[in-house]
Amino acid sequence: MSNITYQSEFAVIPKGKTASPLIKNIIPGKSKKTDSIKSAIINSELKDGMTISFHHHFRSGDYVLNDVLEIISEMGYKDLILASSSLSDIHEPLIKHINSGVIKEIHTSGLRGKLAQEISEGVMDNPVIIRSHGGRARAIEAGDIKIDVAFIGVPSTDDYGNANGQNGQAVCGSLGYALVDAKHADHVVLITDHLVEYPNTPASISQKNVDQVVVVDRIGASERIASGATRFTKNPKELLIAKNASEMIINSPYFKDGFSFQTGSGGSSLAVTRFLREAMIKENIKASFALGGITKPMVELHEEGLIKQLFDVQSFDLDAAKSISDNKNHHEIDASLYANPHNKGCMTNQLNVVILSALEIDTSFNVNVITGSDGKFMGASGGHCDTAACADLTVIVAPLIRGRIPTVVKAVDTIITPGTSVDILVTERGIAINPKRTDLVECFKDSTLNIIPIETLENMANQIVGPKKPIEHTEKIVGLVEYRDGSIIDVIRAVKS
Amino acid sequence: MEKLRRTMMYVPGNNPAMLADAHVYGADSIMFDLEDSVALSEKDSARLLVYQMIKNRQSNTELVVRINGLDSEHGKKDIEAMVRAGVDVIRLPKTDTAQDVKDVEAIIEKVEEQIGRPIGSTLMMAAIETPLGIINAYQVATASNRLIGIAIGAEDFVTSMKTNRSKVGVELLSARSQLVIAARAAGIAALDTVFSDVEDDETFRREVNLIKQLGFDGKSVINPRQIDLVHHIYKPTDAEINYAKQIMLAIEEANEKGSGVISVGGKMVDKPIVERAMRVLELAGLSGGEHE
Amino acid sequence: MKINRNAVAGTLESSDIQITIVVNDSNKNNIVLESPVKHLFEEEIEAVIHETLKKHHISGVTVKAIDKGALNCTIAARVQTAIYRASGNEIDWEAL
Repeated sequence: MSNITYQSEFAVIPKGKTASPLIKNIIPGKSKKTDSIKSAIINSELKDGMTISFHHHFRSGDYVLNDVLEIISEMGYKDLILASSSLSDIHEPLIKHINSGVIKEIHTSGLRGKLAQEISEGVMDNPVIIRSHGGRARAIEAGDIKIDVAFIGVPSTDDYGNANGQNGQAVCGSLGYALVDAKHADHVVLITDHLVEYPNTPASISQKNVDQVVVVDRIGASERIASGATRFTKNPKELLIAKNASEMIINSPYFKDGFSFQTGSGGSSLAVTRFLREAMIKENIKASFALGGITKPMVELHEEGLIKQLFDVQSFDLDAAKSISDNKNHHEIDASLYANPHNKGCMTNQLNVVILSALEIDTSFNVNVITGSDGKFMGASGGHCDTAACADLTVIVAPLIRGRIPTVVKAVDTIITPGTSVDILVTERGIAINPKRTDLVECFKDSTLNIIPIETLENMANQIVGPKKPIEHTEKIVGLVEYRDGSIIDVIRAVKS
Repeated sequence: MEKLRRTMMYVPGNNPAMLADAHVYGADSIMFDLEDSVALSEKDSARLLVYQMIKNRQSNTELVVRINGLDSEHGKKDIEAMVRAGVDVIRLPKTDTAQDVKDVEAIIEKVEEQIGRPIGSTLMMAAIETPLGIINAYQVATASNRLIGIAIGAEDFVTSMKTNRSKVGVELLSARSQLVIAARAAGIAALDTVFSDVEDDETFRREVNLIKQLGFDGKSVINPRQIDLVHHIYKPTDAEINYAKQIMLAIEEANEKGSGVISVGGKMVDKPIVERAMRVLELAGLSGGEHE
Repeated sequence: MKINRNAVAGTLESSDIQITIVVNDSNKNNIVLESPVKHLFEEEIEAVIHETLKKHHISGVTVKAIDKGALNCTIAARVQTAIYRASGNEIDWEAL
C-alpha cells in the first residue's frame, strides 16, 4: 500500500514502467465461450488472496458483481481483494461476503447504502482504499493494483471478446472504466446477455485482451443502468445556483471561443450548461470539447454545433449512449486517458472549466464528496480531485444548507480534493472566491454578484442551523483516501452505530 | 427614493421550507400568505410559523403578510401576531371601502401602542378584488397614511364580473387602469395580480409589458423564475440609462459650482426629472441600491 | 398552563416537524424524537422543545416529534401551535 503522504497536487514524479498482463496463446479453433460463470472461474485459476475487479458502468442496475461473488462464495474462496471502479447500494450482499471471509479488502471510488454504513461502523479488518477515477487507472497501470481476474459485464460481445456498451438490451454507452481493467488484468472474463455474430464492431474492448466469454440471462436492470434522459432541474434553488455559477464562468477570462469544460451530473451542475448555452450563442463562442460523464444536454449542445467534440468515459443516459454510435465526434475514452496523472495524454490537463458539487467544503476550500454529516461513507471520490487539480477554473456548486445540514464548514470530515485545486464556491446565498486566486479576486472586484468571504458563508450557515454536535469517530481506520498520484491525503475513521 | 416594488413574491404561510428560503431569489418584497393558501384548520399553525419566521428574519427584504379578512375570527389574531413579530407591511385582502382600511388600521394601532412599537411603523397595502373595490379605489388608496400601495386581485374580480381570465386580459383592462389612476392620484404604488401559469413565459412576458406600459410599479409573482423575467422587462433601455446618467452628471456639476438651475439638452431639469433619473439608474442596477 | 387534551401540529414535509403532545401520568415532560439529523441536533431540538414547554409552564406531557430537518424557529412554532390546540387558551405573548 502507499506510504507517501500527500504534499501537493503534482509533487509525485512517477518511476518505472507500465505493468503488463501475462502473455497468453489461444490455439486456433479453441473457443473462448464458457458455458457458466462457475466454469469461467475455474478456468481462470483464481486462488485465495487474489485480486478480482469489476466496473460500475451499470450503476445501481448492476447484477454482475453480486452474481459472480455469490458463485465465488459458494465455491469456498477466501481473502480476495475486490478492486471495483465503484460500488453502489445494489452491492449490499457484499456485507455477507465480508463477514464470511470471502472478501478481505476493498478498493473503490465510493460506497453507498447499507454496505457503506456497515463499513463505516467497522465491519472490515482492512481499511477500504478510496481512489479517484484517474487514481485507479494510475494504480492499475503502475502495478499498485494487480488484477488477477477481471469480470467485465458488457452489453454486447461476440464469442471472441470484441465488446461494446452501445448495443444490446442493457446499453450503457462508454466502457471507459472497464477498458483499463481489460488491458491490464492477467485474466479477462466478459459476461454478457447479448451475444452477437463474430466480429462485433465497434470493438471498444478488443478480442486481444479477452480470455473468456460467458452468456447469462441478464447483466443488469436496464432502466437503472441508463434511464431515459437526464432532465434539467426545475428546482428554483438549484437554478439560482446554476445561474450564478454561469455568470462567474462567463465573466472569467476562460469563457472564450475554443474553451473546454466538464460538468457533474447533479441538478445544479448540469443546469449550468443551460445558462452557458445562452451566452455561447449570444457571443458566438463554441467549445472545443466537453469531457467526462456525458449526458443528453451535452449531446444536444454537441449536435447544435456548440461543442465540437465529446470525450466520454461514462455515459449517464440512453441519449448519450446512443450518441456514441451516431455521432462521429463523440469519442469513448478509457479512464487512464481521461484522468490518470501519470499518463502523458491525461485529458483533464486540457480542461479550462469544471463544475462540480460537494457534500462539504471548508473555509480552506477543501472538498469532501465521500462521507456525510454523520461521518459515514455515502458518496464517491469519482473524478473530483482529478478535474479540480487540472482545470484552469474549478467551480463548486452547492446549496449552503441541505435539510438542516450545512455544506460550508470549518473543517471537512474527509478531504477528497485539496483547497488549492478549488477556485470558486457558488451557493444560493453567496459566492466565495479562493483568496489564493488573486487574479480572480481582481477580475470580479467590480461585480454586482454577491461575492463574500467563505468565512461569512460558514457563519451564515451556522447561524441558520444552530449549534451542532461534532462527529464522534473511533480510533479504527476504515478508509484510506489515496490522492490521484498515489499519496495518502486523508484517513477515514469508524463511527459508532 | 421610493422603494422598488417590481416583484412581490407570494409564499404560502404554512410551508417552512419556502418561508425560510424566500429571500434568496431577489424579489423586491416577499409576501407571506395567511389567507387563501392556508387551510381553515391550519390558520393557527401558519400564524405562529410566520410569526416565528418574521421574528427570526434572515434578511432586510421587505416583508409583507396577507392577513385574513376581519369578517372571520382570524383577521384580528393575524394582525396582533404580525405587528408583534415586526412585519413591515400588512396586506388586506378583498378591500371594498375606505372603512375596511380604517378598521384594520385601528387594530394595528392598538397593538403598536400595547407593545411600544412606534405608531405608524406598520405599513399597509390593500388588495382590491371586487367591482365595488375598484369603484372605491381612490377612497381606499387615501384611507390611511400607512398605505404604501394598492393591488388588484384578478381571480375573484373576474368571477364577480361574471367573466373569466383570458390570455390577452381585456376583461381586466378597465380595472387595471382605474387602479393605477387611483394609486397615482393618491401618490402610492400600484401592483398587478398573480399570473399562475408558470410554464407560459410568452403570455407572462406580454402581460408584464402591458402592465408596465399602463404604469404599474410591479407585479405579484408565485415562482422565482418569474422574478428575473419581471426585473428584465422593467430594466431601462440603454438610451434611458444614458440620459439618466447625463442628468446625474449635470446635478453633480451644478452642486460643485453652486448653481441652482440646471438644464440638459436644452430642457430644464427639475425635481421629478431627477427622481426619474435616479429611479432609472436603480432599475438598471447601477446605483447599488438593489443589494440588501 | 393546563393541558387537557392531546394535540398535533406541523407536517411531515421536508424542513417541517410534526409535534404530537400527549398528556402523561407524571409531572415531568419527556420527548420522543425521530430525526434524520439526530446525530447533529438531538440536544438542540430537544432543548427548543423543553424551552417552549417551560415558557408556557407546561408539565406532564410527552412530546412525540417527527422531524424532517426543521430549523429552531419552525420547531418552536409547531410546539407552540400544539400547546394552544391542546389547551384551548388564547396566545400568551409574553411566553412566546
